[in-house]
This record gives sequence, structure tokens and C-alpha cells, in this order.
Amino acid sequence: MTAEFGSFALVLAFALSLAQLGLSAGGRWRGSAALSGAGEGAAAGAFLCTAAAFGCLMFAFVTSDFSVANVAQNSHSAKPLFYKITGVWGSHEGSMLLWCLALTGYGAVMALAAGGLPARLKSSAVAVQGSLGVLFLGYTVFASNPLMRLTDPPVEGHSLNPLLQDPFLAIHPPFLYSGYVGMSVVFSLALAALIEGRVDAAWARWVRPWALAAWSLLTIGIMLGSFWSYYVLGWGGWWSWDPVENASFMPWLAATALLHSATVTEKRGALAGWTVFLGLVAFTFSMLGAFLVRSGVLTSVHAFAIDPARGILLLGILGFAAGVGFAVFAWRAPSLAPGGLFAPISREGALVLNNLFLAAAIAAVLFGTLFPLIRQALSGDAVSVGPPYFNRTFAPLMAAVLLILPIAPLMPWKRADLKGAVQRLWVAAGLAVAAAVLSFALARPGQAVTALGLALGVWLIAGTLTELVDRARGGGASVGEAWRRLRQLPRASWGMSLAHIGLGLFILGAAMETSGRIEAAKVLGLGDSMTVAGYQLTLGKVGSVDGANYTAERATLAVTRNGAPVCQALPERRFYPASQQTTSRVTICVRGLSDVYMVLGEPRTSPAGQPAWLIRAYWNPWVRLIWLGPLLMAFGGGVSLSDRRLRFGLPRRAAAASALPGPAE
Amino acid sequence: MKTRLLLVIAGAVFCLGNAAADPADQLKNPAQEAHARVLFREIRCVVCQSESIDESDADLAHDLRQRVRQEVAAGASDVQVKADLVSRYGEFILLQPRFSFGNAALWLAPFLVVLLGAGILLVRRRPPAAEAEDLSEPEKARLAALTDN
Repeated sequence: MTAEFGSFALVLAFALSLAQLGLSAGGRWRGSAALSGAGEGAAAGAFLCTAAAFGCLMFAFVTSDFSVANVAQNSHSAKPLFYKITGVWGSHEGSMLLWCLALTGYGAVMALAAGGLPARLKSSAVAVQGSLGVLFLGYTVFASNPLMRLTDPPVEGHSLNPLLQDPFLAIHPPFLYSGYVGMSVVFSLALAALIEGRVDAAWARWVRPWALAAWSLLTIGIMLGSFWSYYVLGWGGWWSWDPVENASFMPWLAATALLHSATVTEKRGALAGWTVFLGLVAFTFSMLGAFLVRSGVLTSVHAFAIDPARGILLLGILGFAAGVGFAVFAWRAPSLAPGGLFAPISREGALVLNNLFLAAAIAAVLFGTLFPLIRQALSGDAVSVGPPYFNRTFAPLMAAVLLILPIAPLMPWKRADLKGAVQRLWVAAGLAVAAAVLSFALARPGQAVTALGLALGVWLIAGTLTELVDRARGGGASVGEAWRRLRQLPRASWGMSLAHIGLGLFILGAAMETSGRIEAAKVLGLGDSMTVAGYQLTLGKVGSVDGANYTAERATLAVTRNGAPVCQALPERRFYPASQQTTSRVTICVRGLSDVYMVLGEPRTSPAGQPAWLIRAYWNPWVRLIWLGPLLMAFGGGVSLSDRRLRFGLPRRAAAASALPGPAE
Repeated sequence: MKTRLLLVIAGAVFCLGNAAADPADQLKNPAQEAHARVLFREIRCVVCQSESIDESDADLAHDLRQRVRQEVAAGASDVQVKADLVSRYGEFILLQPRFSFGNAALWLAPFLVVLLGAGILLVRRRPPAAEAEDLSEPEKARLAALTDN
């Protein structure tokens, strides 16, 4: 019964999305507040219905109802409850439902909470959001219903891929999807602004909080995915320019560019067309990712829930939504009021430069990801585009972005003195050069790329701190006065500084980890030991362990440094009988910012004929910064979001309702 | 969806570690081994899902590694090693596409975007005079009189 109720709720959600589109569009066209209000109500209803369908699917998973096809294919009665719940979004159908849940959720929040928007703009945006709901809910209802019953239910399910039976499946997809789908609101607002023919500073201010929220969530989502693949894939890689990774990175880059260009639009009224364009691009990339990952047109280590036939449908949705979006852009953008003028040497000038290089970096990732398809279609040749390509194109372009980064916040709007800004950064520049020299001469002799990476990281952090110190101590303020000034800095400003420092930390971690990792592999018998980066690993014993739905071989490794015990590592090789798969369970011994990373390999025989095991160990210096940095960036996004001037939605609506005689709706 | 919900397919080939690190296969000469490892990262495991032969556990990746190791030990240059692989498996095996006519668009696109963007900015930049063009002589005099006080 539950599954039928869920299916019904899903169809109802689809119908309500249609109603949302029709009513809001009607409300906008007729100028009727009643129709627009009904459209907003439909948006809320669509969300509630999708949530109900989602709840029904979760119920079917938890109760192991194998008469539901999706549960039979992706669950197993012996699976721990936690993975039964997370298995809801571990498949094609379930993850599309999660996507729809996020989409209608954002739609409902926009419809009900976005109090400050002009009525016409809001009706248009709600209508556009409704049309996205129609597309994706329609796809879910008609092509990918996760609640379909089987006529002949099996006694036991197929279980979920063991690599997905991990706590990260619980948090990575929800963050990632809320990030991707958050861009849909930006898309809707951009399209609505084009329809209304007005893109101004106020519009940029409305868009920024949504973009900021989606960007922060996406940052966390990508970071979690990176950490997940770091410890689950068993060789310590955290980014490999895989098509699926690129698919998540492109919307992030577009959103980053958007946040910066929206600032220019907000403060100076310039770049309006470009900001709108980026708003369309960001969600288009989200949809492109949805298509690439599921269609199987590109091979990926992270490929997931592949289904070529439905991939075509997703391509159709992508083509339609993006096509309409860009067609409206091409039609309306020329009629937008031309942006304000600006001098090349000014903060907006620096931000334009930032956007220029970011756009080129996005082009590098986009081309690198899609080129094998393009080349194959044009000439039939199969080519690969792998990490070496991205290291040679994306990296230098990003380096240019990073080089400009600390300078921009030191330049005032309108007209700046480049010399003055650069002069204030001489300490940061000195530190960066010192870091490069130290690294090149002493720490990692002869490694120019590492030296450059470390220099850039130090440049970002020191440059950002310079700006904070400047603001606090400007004019020779006392310590108390400086403290007071720092506390009074707007939160948006703090958010920016935190995010920039986070980026600097990430660069430091990435540079150190990439060049400084040490790898060791040895066949160890019981009692044998090996060394990696000064850490001694001694194999104590290897025993077998029974998990809930797997059996494992578990090694006990004693890790010591100079004779002093550091930690005990218990890496495992797990066998899942339900799916006949073997996976490895890595053990990581965290040492400050660095990791000792240990993997139990296959059994071998020692030269003496005794049982032995292949043990792989890695020393990953500063690798924690690779995740701490993005975490700080997302935190900065959150801090900025809490800025009073940006607050958008309920709190402001409440304040407005009490202070003003009612919003003009 | 792009969850990097790691591989649902390829049931057999899970990466259980950095396969290339297996001590049983390594070359005696550490410098040659290190050189071979650098090459591994530029060669695709053609039967795997987007992995280099440095990472993959697949049998083919193992065979390719041994082949590259032998050639490196025999003193072959990087170009020779890669040319040999391309003649057998096609350009698909190189993770870094060559600089060729067919790949020109790929290599140039990002930098063309920079040039194009810079060009647009230059063209659209109106003469700075438009913004605050200088005051006329009487206005200047009046301004000077006002600011002098």
C-alpha cells in the first residue's frame, strides 16, 4: 500500500508542479496576486508530495519490501538499518527522487520565504522553477519511478554495491544534490529577470544568497566526495580529473564566478548580462552532470546508476531547459540596460579579470571532459583526456586567478591605485617568495611546481590576513580599537576572508600532498615490519572477522616512530557474499595534518613458505588541509550568508512585516 | 547525480591499492622504476573505468606495466614507449592527448577564451573620457575657488 501511496504522491507532485507553472505564469500575465499566491501554494504542495513519496520509498527500504523493484535491486534484508536508509538514494531512480526533493524544496522555500522580491519577478521565477519541476518530476514519474512494484517479488534483494555501504553515502549525496539543485533557483531568477527585462543591483542582491548557499553546500559535497574516494578507493587519490569529478566541479566553478560577478553587479550595476549568463550556466552544468554520470557516455571510476536509454531522456531535459534558457538570454540580453562603466584598475576591474580566467578554467574542464565525445563524433577517433591535460591547462589558469586574488580586496571600487595595493602586499609577497625558496632549495629540492604551489598558498593566506590587518590597524589604531573594528566588520567581509584563507589552505595541502607523498609496499609475514616516512609498521596478526553482511580478513599493524608507539592499525579486506565482491577497508593513522594510510593487500607466500600479506602504506603530508580548506570555504559562505544585508527570506520577511505596512505583493 | 557513488559496474576490477607498487614486479634500478612510475600515470588502463595503469589492478594494466618496465629497463625513450603503445592500442591509451591537428581545439580552447574575453573587454571599454570628462574652464575655476577655502 505504501508504495502505491508513494506513486500517487509522486504523480500529484508532478501535477502540482504543472499547476505551479500555470498559476504563477497566469498570475504574472494577468497581474493577479490571487493566481500568483495559488502558484506559490502549489509549489509548497509539490514539495510536500515529493517528500511524502520519498518517505514511502524510505519505508519500503527500511521494511525490506522486495516487491518494490528498486528495493529488490538495491537492498538486502541482512544489510544494517543505516545502509537500508542510505540505500534510498544509492540507485538511479532513488537519486533522481532525491534530486526532485531538493528541487521542489528549493521551489517551496523560494515561493514562501522570498518576501522581498517584486511580485512580477517572483511570479516569473516561481513559474520557471515549476517548469523545472515538471521536467524532472515528469522524468521520475514516467521513466524512472522508484516505487514500481514487481509482479513476482523475490525472497531476497540484490543488495547495494559494497563500496556504497559507507557512512559517506549518508551525507555526501544530500550535500551534493542540495548544492547542484540550489543552482536551479539561480537559474529561475536569471530567467525571470530576463523575462522581466530588468537586471540591476537589487536583482544581484536577491540572487547572491541563493548562489552562496548552493555554492557552500556544493563545496561541502565535493569535499566529502573527495574524502570518500580518498579512503575508499584504497590508493589515497583525492582528485583524478575523472569525468564524474569534473561534472561536479564545473557547476562549482561557475557558481564561484557567479558569486564574484554578482558582487560587481550589486555594487556597480555592471556585468549584469554576464551575471545572468553565469546563473544559467551554473544550473546547466548541474544538469550536464546528471546526464554524464547516468548515461555512461564517458567512462568513470565513479560512474553510477548507468542507463543509456534514460540517459537520452536526461539529455533531452538538459537540452530543452538550457536551450530555452539561452534562447531567452540571446533574445533579451541585448535589451538589458547597459552596465555601468568602470576603470580597469579598480576592484571591479580585478573581479572582471578573475571572471575572465575562471571562465577560461571552466572552458578547460568542459572541453577536457567532453572532447573525447566530440572527437569521436567528428572523426571516429578515440582519445583520452586525463590528468596531464588538466595539469597543463587548468592549473596555470587557476594560478592566474590566485595571483590576482589578494590584490582585489585591497582595491577600492571605481578607481584604485594598483601600486598602493601591491605595496601593502609586500610582506605577503616576501613570505610567498620565502616559502618558494625554502621549498625549492631545502624541503623538496628542485620541485618547481611544489614551490609554486606553496608560494601561492602562502600568498593567498598572507594576502588575505594583510587586508584584515589593514582594516583593523589602518591609521595606527590601538589594539583595542583594532579589535573593535574587526568585530564590526560586516559578516560578508569576514566570510570572504575565511573563504580565501580556506582556498589558500587547500592549495598548501594539495601542493604538499601531490609532491611529498611517500609510498611503500612490502610482503610481510607475521612479525615482519616495513618503514614509510620514518614510521615503522609491524604486522602483529591477521585474523578473520564477521560483519553484518560480510566476512573480512583483518590485519593488526603496530605503528611506531623511533620505537614509540603511534597507533594500531586494523586494515581489512572484506568479502560481500550477497554481491560476490571484495573491497578493502583502509586504515588511516592521523598525525596532525598528515596521514599514515595503510591498506591490506592479497595474501602471498613468503620466500620461506610462510603465509604473508602484501601491505601498502603511504605517507600523505598535509593531506588534511585538502578537506579542511574547503570546509573553511563553506563556513565562510555560511558566515557571509548570515550577513544582515544579504539575509533573504524568513528573518527579513518577519522584520519587514513588523516594520512596514506590508510588502507590496 | 553525479554522486561519485563509486562504480556500480566493473564488479571484478576494484582498485585494492596502488597496484603499481607491488614489490614483486619492480625494477631493480630505483631510478628506472621511478621513471616507469611517472610513465604509468600517463597511460590509460584501456579496459578500466578512467584509471591509469599506475592505479589499476586489472590484468591488462599489470601486463602493460611489465611491458613499459621492460622497455624502460632496455633504455627506450618516453617517446618510443608511448609510440609503441599507441601503435598497438591507438591514441586512446594516452591520458595526455597529443598536440596534433585533431586535438588543436582541445589545447587551444581555454587560452582562446582568455583572448576572446580580453578582446571583448577592450572593445567594449569606452574611452575613460566618457565617465567624468573634464570640467570646462569656468567650472574648473569655480571648483578651485570652492576648494581653496
